[in-house]
Amino acid sequence: MDVAVYLQVQDLNTRYVHAIDEDRLEQWPDFFAEDGRYRITTVENVERGLPLSLVYATSRAMMRDRVNSLRNANVYESQRYRHAVGTPLIETGDGGLVRAVTNFLVARIMHTGETTLFATGRYEDRIALTADARPRFLEKTVILDSRQIDTLLAIPL
Amino acid sequence: MTIAVASRQWPGEGLARVPYWVYSDQDLYAQEQERVFRGNTWNFLCLEAELPGPNTYCRSTLGEMPIVVARDEAGAVHAFENRCAHRGSLLCLKERGAAKEIVCVYHNWTYDLAGNLTGIAFRRGLGGKGGMPKDAKPEAHGPRKLRVETLAGLVFATFSAETPALADYLGPEIVARIRRVMRAPVKLLGGYSQVLPNNWKLYMENVRDSYHASLLHAFFTTFRLHRLSQKGGVIISETGGNHTTYSMAADVAGKEYEQAGMRSAQDDFHLEAPELLASVDEYGDGVGIQILGVFPGFVLQQIRNSLAVRRVVPQGLEKTELVWTCFGFTTDDDALTELRLRQANLIGPAGYVSMEDGAATGFVQRSARAAGDELSVVEMGGHGTSSEDNRVTEAAVRGFWKDYRRHMGL
Repeated sequence: MDVAVYLQVQDLNTRYVHAIDEDRLEQWPDFFAEDGRYRITTVENVERGLPLSLVYATSRAMMRDRVNSLRNANVYESQRYRHAVGTPLIETGDGGLVRAVTNFLVARIMHTGETTLFATGRYEDRIALTADARPRFLEKTVILDSRQIDTLLAIPL
Repeated sequence: MTIAVASRQWPGEGLARVPYWVYSDQDLYAQEQERVFRGNTWNFLCLEAELPGPNTYCRSTLGEMPIVVARDEAGAVHAFENRCAHRGSLLCLKERGAAKEIVCVYHNWTYDLAGNLTGIAFRRGLGGKGGMPKDAKPEAHGPRKLRVETLAGLVFATFSAETPALADYLGPEIVARIRRVMRAPVKLLGGYSQVLPNNWKLYMENVRDSYHASLLHAFFTTFRLHRLSQKGGVIISETGGNHTTYSMAADVAGKEYEQAGMRSAQDDFHLEAPELLASVDEYGDGVGIQILGVFPGFVLQQIRNSLAVRRVVPQGLEKTELVWTCFGFTTDDDALTELRLRQANLIGPAGYVSMEDGAATGFVQRSARAAGDELSVVEMGGHGTSSEDNRVTEAAVRGFWKDYRRHMGL
């Protein structure tokens, strides 16, 4: 186990969830490569071999569109997330490519104070670690343990 | 809040007013299970594609009643209550699967895929002791069977022997609009569910409310996916309860929303990645959006190339699970499948468009609790429940209440 790789992945995960939890959504696309992929699906779809996603973006531009829409178009009550992420399970590949699987829990805190366990699951990430650029996600698949979403899912997980 | 049954009277203004107690009365909710869901109505259970071959099954619901839907060896589709004749345990615990028989886990009683009790463990006892009396007839307490009909790949069931045939229940225009969408054998793309913090009827009104779509959903309006100034209309069945709204995909250059300063119209908002909305006119008729509702709890959706069935599952007075299943067709090529998967960004709990329906209906529920005998106003387009060639109308919402009142005797 290369400890430096391990720490880089943990640091990327940590910065990623803090950006979301602190409502710095405009920074969210920058955690991805320009043509990075982000999708949210359920473990039921994955196990059935079905390709449907709840959110499916294939570029940073598509992620910026989502943030723009959340900020300016969509109607949802004010809410925040608090992520807790586990220790990543890492496989290193060639050319700085890393695969990481990381468990997460997300609490949702409504403006009323109501706090619920909103989502649990795992991130399946492909990450580019190169010496000359900051680490980015080439692909992040959010696999939810449950098929049920309470009310709506606006903010990315 | 519960209002005594005797005082429950629909307001004199008729269908253009809806009293808030319909969303907040526990007794009424219980009555709906019997009179609506287990009454003379057809309820969507699943897509035929969810029963992919002989000896397959899946779970569904009829209101709150758990249901097993199964395709037998010969290919016939059956539906029956998910309840063992013996002690009432759920028979079928897995969401879906393949099996020649269904075995209750509690005491190993066995059923065929039509819901017939076929085996009882130790029925004659052991060594001449125990077991059931010879004249016992546990079969008489078997899971209740539903009438099943399929239409264009959709499986519907009714609990009542008196419900008219499915095609008559739907009406010819609705049947035609279902057949239009279901143009080829279905290929499943996946699903999820959305738990709405409101009474089930608020969602079914929302679906029929052609007036709200372009006003609440700014994403729709901004990208001219849906504006009331686009050509379209609403079709309503004789019964009132079944409907279709549709709009043509062709853009109109009108500035009605911008001039009125509506929140949903923002000229400076554009997509950096417009490929999200790339679509093809797969039906060749120019209809960009068609939303179809069947009383009580079914929705068939075509938003561009995003196709889905939505099934409403009431889970209490103020809780509704909306089960989404998205699909394409076995004839789709990879490019069309990719369009459908991209456009799925519009729908579901995280959908640019659909996420707001969960919010808005929940807002009504929260105020309805304390509003009791106050009335909501459903007067856009007048008081009628006829089909119209525009969508600035709540005619289909009134149609829902027309059918609801008939079933409920309200």
